[in-house]
Amino acid sequence: MLAQLLQYLFSGLTIGATYALAALGFTIIYNASGVINFAQGEFIMLGGMLAVYFTDAGLPMAVALPLAVLIPSLAGLLMARLTIEPIKGAETITLIIVTIGVSLVIRGAIQVWLGKGSHGLPAFSGDIPIRILGATLMPQSLWVLGVSALLVLGLWYFFNRTLSGKAMLATSFNRGAAELVGINTGRVLFISFAMSAGIGALGGILVTPITLTSFDAGVMFGLKGFVGAVVGGLGSGLGAVVGGLLVGVIEAFGAGFLSSSYKDAIPFILILFILFFMPRGLFGVKVTDRV
Amino acid sequence: MIRRYLGLYVVAVIIAVLPFLIPNGFYLDLAIRMGINAVIVLGLNLLIGFAGQISMGHAGFIGIGAFASAVLPTHFGWHPFVALVAGAVLAGSLAALVARPIFRLKGHYLAMATLGLGIIVNIVLRNEAKYTGGPDGMPVPPFTLFGFAIDSDKHWYWIVSVILMVSVWASINLMNSPFGRALRGLHGSEVAAQVVGVNVTRYKVAIFVMSAVFASLMGSVTAHYVGFVSPSLADFGHSIELITMVVVGGMASVFGSLVGAVLLTALPQALATFEGWETVAFGVILILCMIFMPKGLVPTLAARFGGRRE
Repeated sequence: MLAQLLQYLFSGLTIGATYALAALGFTIIYNASGVINFAQGEFIMLGGMLAVYFTDAGLPMAVALPLAVLIPSLAGLLMARLTIEPIKGAETITLIIVTIGVSLVIRGAIQVWLGKGSHGLPAFSGDIPIRILGATLMPQSLWVLGVSALLVLGLWYFFNRTLSGKAMLATSFNRGAAELVGINTGRVLFISFAMSAGIGALGGILVTPITLTSFDAGVMFGLKGFVGAVVGGLGSGLGAVVGGLLVGVIEAFGAGFLSSSYKDAIPFILILFILFFMPRGLFGVKVTDRV
Repeated sequence: MIRRYLGLYVVAVIIAVLPFLIPNGFYLDLAIRMGINAVIVLGLNLLIGFAGQISMGHAGFIGIGAFASAVLPTHFGWHPFVALVAGAVLAGSLAALVARPIFRLKGHYLAMATLGLGIIVNIVLRNEAKYTGGPDGMPVPPFTLFGFAIDSDKHWYWIVSVILMVSVWASINLMNSPFGRALRGLHGSEVAAQVVGVNVTRYKVAIFVMSAVFASLMGSVTAHYVGFVSPSLADFGHSIELITMVVVGGMASVFGSLVGAVLLTALPQALATFEGWETVAFGVILILCMIFMPKGLVPTLAARFGGRRE
């Protein structure tokens, strides 16, 4: 029983770490611009697919993987420049629809370019499972968890200890005031999109040896990352990490104990309950509207 | 009074003349699909355009209607008409049940909740293979009324046309009623609407339920017309397609809904030779529309040419 629980916990945390990275991506962009980026999932897919493409093309991992992070970051930058900046300050609904448009463009382009098939990557350090109290842990899971943890620490340092990071935080609290003290909020917008896309892509690369990837893999990752961000309370970085992990763990336990065919429904049932009873998420702050 | 219904008369004339201009069954089929989408988009536009509330799971309600019409007559021997009503009641009740708590939220949270609802419906339809045929879908028995089976495309053309006319007429009237004014007020400023005595939550729930029922009914019509249903009717992509129709045609515009539905139902046919590019095209259209004419086609053109505003 303990072994089984531990097994579910391992797989839940692994997949949850990817959701957490996606949720962080949502949070960073939301804080910088008030936009919910429905294309976030596509960057996760883009990371995985490009990593597969570059390694298949014969590039060594050490070149292929950085490229597969860099290109989605540039795509994120381009997205901010071409589609978000021109309609800054538009209604929520307009912004949501534009990001959906971007996600369709990315997904469609990859479908046309790389086809509909599923692709995998070899695990980074072998497939020999590690046994812990009767449960098994794949080395790739350690990669996912380790890199995600480092990334979260790095982000914490960036937002709390560097001038650029603090400028981004300031912008999220009050854009007008931030501009008054000389922060270039336009640059903050670009950085936030590039960062979120890069973080998402990295998550997508790490998880590809475990889950495989395909042109439409980003939809579910993105939606579940969004669930994670909302569960944690939109806008809270800590909330995004906890929310993402929670979604992963609950999904794994639900799949194990209730029904594996309803695995994908579990995060969405969870989010409906949370929205009903805790409309601001676990770590969200109460905000009042200005009239 | 005449001005108010001018557009309705134009639509009626087009519908009446169309069958004589259509060269073959392929285009008749396309016309019927356009009509079905137009009714769904009208309902969704009431919610998105007039009340300013986004539903990202509307295809879920279409799925409920479609599968009620497929499952209940096939497995339980229900009369197709009763099944259609049952589907609409189920969709409406589900909408009402989730609407109350959801509509206290706004913006992104609402998008999330409706999206979740749609995805759950889709997953249920995919998994309950014993009744729904799973991912492959299932055949639907023909619709019968007073012993007559409705099974020719010509019949369906007129039935969908009548439903469409009634929906357009009802939408125009609704928007010019106290209910419609309350909805528009709510879009402008919720607080202001509340201050002048509009029961904000009640109106939002009402319009959400109404658009869900619209979607479910047309889901049933689709099921009987096509003779086959599959869970892809209820998937996220379909919800996005519907939102695209609302946005391209024009939010808060009755005739914009029709134009959006007609254009975007035709688009995949036009792009059919470019396998896969269809998704890219949809995306580009959405983006360009939002950047260059965020109000949508019909309201933008109406403003440009100084024509009558709806």
